[in-house]
Amino acid sequence: MNTLITLITAGITFGTVLMYGTLGEILTEKSGNLNLGVEGIMYMGGAFGLAGAFYYEKAVGAAAIGPVAIILAILAAFVAGCAASAIYSFLTITLRTNQNVTGLALSIFGTGVGQFVGELMRVKEGGYVALSNSLKNAFSASVFPGFFVKIPIVGPILFSHTIFFYLAIILAIAMWFYLSKTRSGMYLTAVGESPATSDAAGINITRYKYLATIIGGGISAIGGMVYIVTTAGCVWNHEGLSGVGWLAVALVIFCVWRPLNAIWGSVIFGAMMIMYLRVAIPFIPTQLYKILPYVVTVIVLIITSMRNSRDKQPPASLGLNYFREER
Amino acid sequence: MSESSKTPFVRLAKRTDIDPRRAMLIRIASIVIALILGTIPMIISGTNPFEAYSVIVQGSLLRRTYLNQTVKIAIPLLGCALAIAPCFKMRFWNIGAEGQITIGAMCATYFALYWYNRVPHLVLLLMMFLVSLIGGGIWALIPAFFKAKWNTNETLFTLMMNYIAIGIVAWLQGGPWEGRKGSQLIPMFNDAARLPDFNFMIGIGEHEFSLTSHVGLIFILILVVLMYIYMNKTKQGYEIAVIGDSVNTARYAGMNVGNIIMRTMFISGAISGFVGFLTVSGANYTLFSGVADGVGFTAITVAWLSQLNPFAMIVISMMLAVLEKGANTLQTRLQVPASISDIITGILLFTMLSCEFFINYRLIFRGRAAKEEKA
Repeated sequence: MNTLITLITAGITFGTVLMYGTLGEILTEKSGNLNLGVEGIMYMGGAFGLAGAFYYEKAVGAAAIGPVAIILAILAAFVAGCAASAIYSFLTITLRTNQNVTGLALSIFGTGVGQFVGELMRVKEGGYVALSNSLKNAFSASVFPGFFVKIPIVGPILFSHTIFFYLAIILAIAMWFYLSKTRSGMYLTAVGESPATSDAAGINITRYKYLATIIGGGISAIGGMVYIVTTAGCVWNHEGLSGVGWLAVALVIFCVWRPLNAIWGSVIFGAMMIMYLRVAIPFIPTQLYKILPYVVTVIVLIITSMRNSRDKQPPASLGLNYFREER
Repeated sequence: MSESSKTPFVRLAKRTDIDPRRAMLIRIASIVIALILGTIPMIISGTNPFEAYSVIVQGSLLRRTYLNQTVKIAIPLLGCALAIAPCFKMRFWNIGAEGQITIGAMCATYFALYWYNRVPHLVLLLMMFLVSLIGGGIWALIPAFFKAKWNTNETLFTLMMNYIAIGIVAWLQGGPWEGRKGSQLIPMFNDAARLPDFNFMIGIGEHEFSLTSHVGLIFILILVVLMYIYMNKTKQGYEIAVIGDSVNTARYAGMNVGNIIMRTMFISGAISGFVGFLTVSGANYTLFSGVADGVGFTAITVAWLSQLNPFAMIVISMMLAVLEKGANTLQTRLQVPASISDIITGILLFTMLSCEFFINYRLIFRGRAAKEEKA
C-alpha cells in the first residue's frame, strides 16, 4: 500500500511536468500543426524559467518572496515558449515549410538555446546557479496546510503537491471547456479537421493556427520550468530534461487529443517513468519499464487506427499545411 | 471602398520559372543571413564573432586531426540522410531513423561481442553488416506495415519506435551485455570486430590532402551514387515518386501502394541500420543507448534541405559537421558553450527552410502591382 502511495505521488510530481507539455501540444495539434519542437520548447522554458526566478532573487535579494518568484518563473518560461513556437508558426503557416522538418529544427535550436542559457548563467555567476532555500521551498511546497497532507492515504495523494499540479488541472479543465463548450474552441477544432471547409465558412484560419500554436508552445514551456524548479531542485539539469518533450508528444496520442485525459494520463506516464526505482515485477527487468510509455502509446495508436472510430483520431489535417491557392 | 484597399497588401504568385542561378543566390543569401544571426549568441557570451567563426573553420578543417573528426561526424549524417530520402520522396514521414540506427548497431554488436572468436575477421564483419541491415529494416518495417494495413499515423509511430529501441539498448547496457558488473557499459569490441582505418590521399596542385577515416566513408560515398540512380533511374524509384505526388494516381496505375511503402521503408531502415553498424564498428567500438546521438533527427533536416538530392547531401552534411566540430574547438579555446553549434544549426535550418518560399513564390506588393499595371 505504501509503495503504491509513493508511486502515485512521485508519478504526479513527474506527471505535472508532462501535463503542461502535453496540454500545450494538444492545443497546437488541434489547429492541425504537429509541432515536434516540444523538446526544444521545454528546454527553453526550463532555462528561461530558472533565469527568471534567479535574476529576480538577485535583484531584490532577501526581499524575494515565493509567489512573485513563481509568477515570474511561469511568465519567463511562457514567453520563451511563445517566442520559440512563434518561429515555428511563422515558418510553417506563412512561409509554408514542412512541419516535420521545421519541428525537428526547432528541437535542435531550442535544446541549443536552453543549454546555452543554462551554461552561460553558470559561467557568468561563477560556477553555480542556485536559488535560496526559501525560494526553493516556495517552489516545492504543498499549497495546503500541513494537517491536510497528514490525512492517511488521501493526504499524500491529493494534497501534498506543488501549486503547479493544481494549476495544471485547472488548465486542463479550462482547455476542455474551451475546446468543447465555446464557439471559438469549436472553430479551432474545425480548423484542425478541415482547414478548407473552415476557410470557406469564413473562419480566419491563419489567426487560429498562429494563436493556438504560440499559446500552446508557451504552455509546453512551463512544463520544462516546472521540471527544473521541482524535480531538478532549482539547478539547470539538461540530462534530466532530455526526452521529456518527446514523452509529452507521446502522451498527446495516449490521451487521444483530449485535455481531460491528460490529467490521469500524465500521472500514469509519470508513474511508469519512475516505477523502475520502486516496484519490481518478476521476469521484467526494471530498466525496461522506461519504454512502457512508448509501447503503450504505440498500442493506442494502432488500436485507434484499426478501430477507425471517428472521435479518437488525430485531427484530420495534422501535419499538413494549408494553402488556399492549392485547394 | 476603393479598389486598392480591397487588394491585400501582399499577394503571392507561384513561380515555376526561376533562374537556377537566382535560386542559388537566394540559398547562399539564406546561409549568410544565418551566419549573421549566429553572431547574436556569440556577442551575448562576449566573444568576437570574427574570431569565433575563424576558430570554427580552423578547428574543423584546417588541421588533419580536426578534419578527420569532422568527416567522422559527417559520415553517419550523410548515410542517414540517404536512408531518409526515398521515404520523404514518398511523403512517408519516417522520423524513426534514430531508432533504426540503434537497432542496426545493436544487432551488429551482438555478433561483435559473442562471435568474434568463432569466425574469421572478414566473415565477422560481413555478418555484422548483414544483421545490421536486417535489424534496421525490420524495425522500420513495423510502422510501415501498420501504415499500409490500417493507415496508422507513421510520424507518431516511427517517433515512438525510437525510444523503444533506445530503451532496449539501455537495458542491454546495464543488464545482459554489461561488461564489468556495475559499470553500466558494454565492453569495447575485439579488434576483429572493428572496421579498418583507411588513408585517403588527394593531391590538388602542389598541395596534398590526406584524410584518415574508417572504410565506411567509401561505402557511404558509393551509396550516394547508388541512391541517386535508384531514385532517378529505376522503376522502383519512379513508383516512389508517383506515390509521393498522388497515392490515388498510383492506385489507378495499378501499383500496390502498401507493398511499395513496406519495401521502401525496409530499404530505408536497412541503410540506417548500416549507419548504426558503421558507428559501432568504425567509430565508437562499443554500443551505448545514445549511439544514434540525434543523427537520425538531424539527418532528416539534411535530406530535406538537400531537396532529397544525394549529391547535395554531401555538402549539407559536411556543413553541419563543420559547425559541430568547430563549436567543440570553440568551447575548448574560448570557453563558449558548445551548444552554440545547435543554435547556429537551428538558425541555419530555419533560414534555409524559409528561403525555399522565396524561390517558389513571388511577392507582389500592393503599390508595386498598381505601378506595373499602369506601365
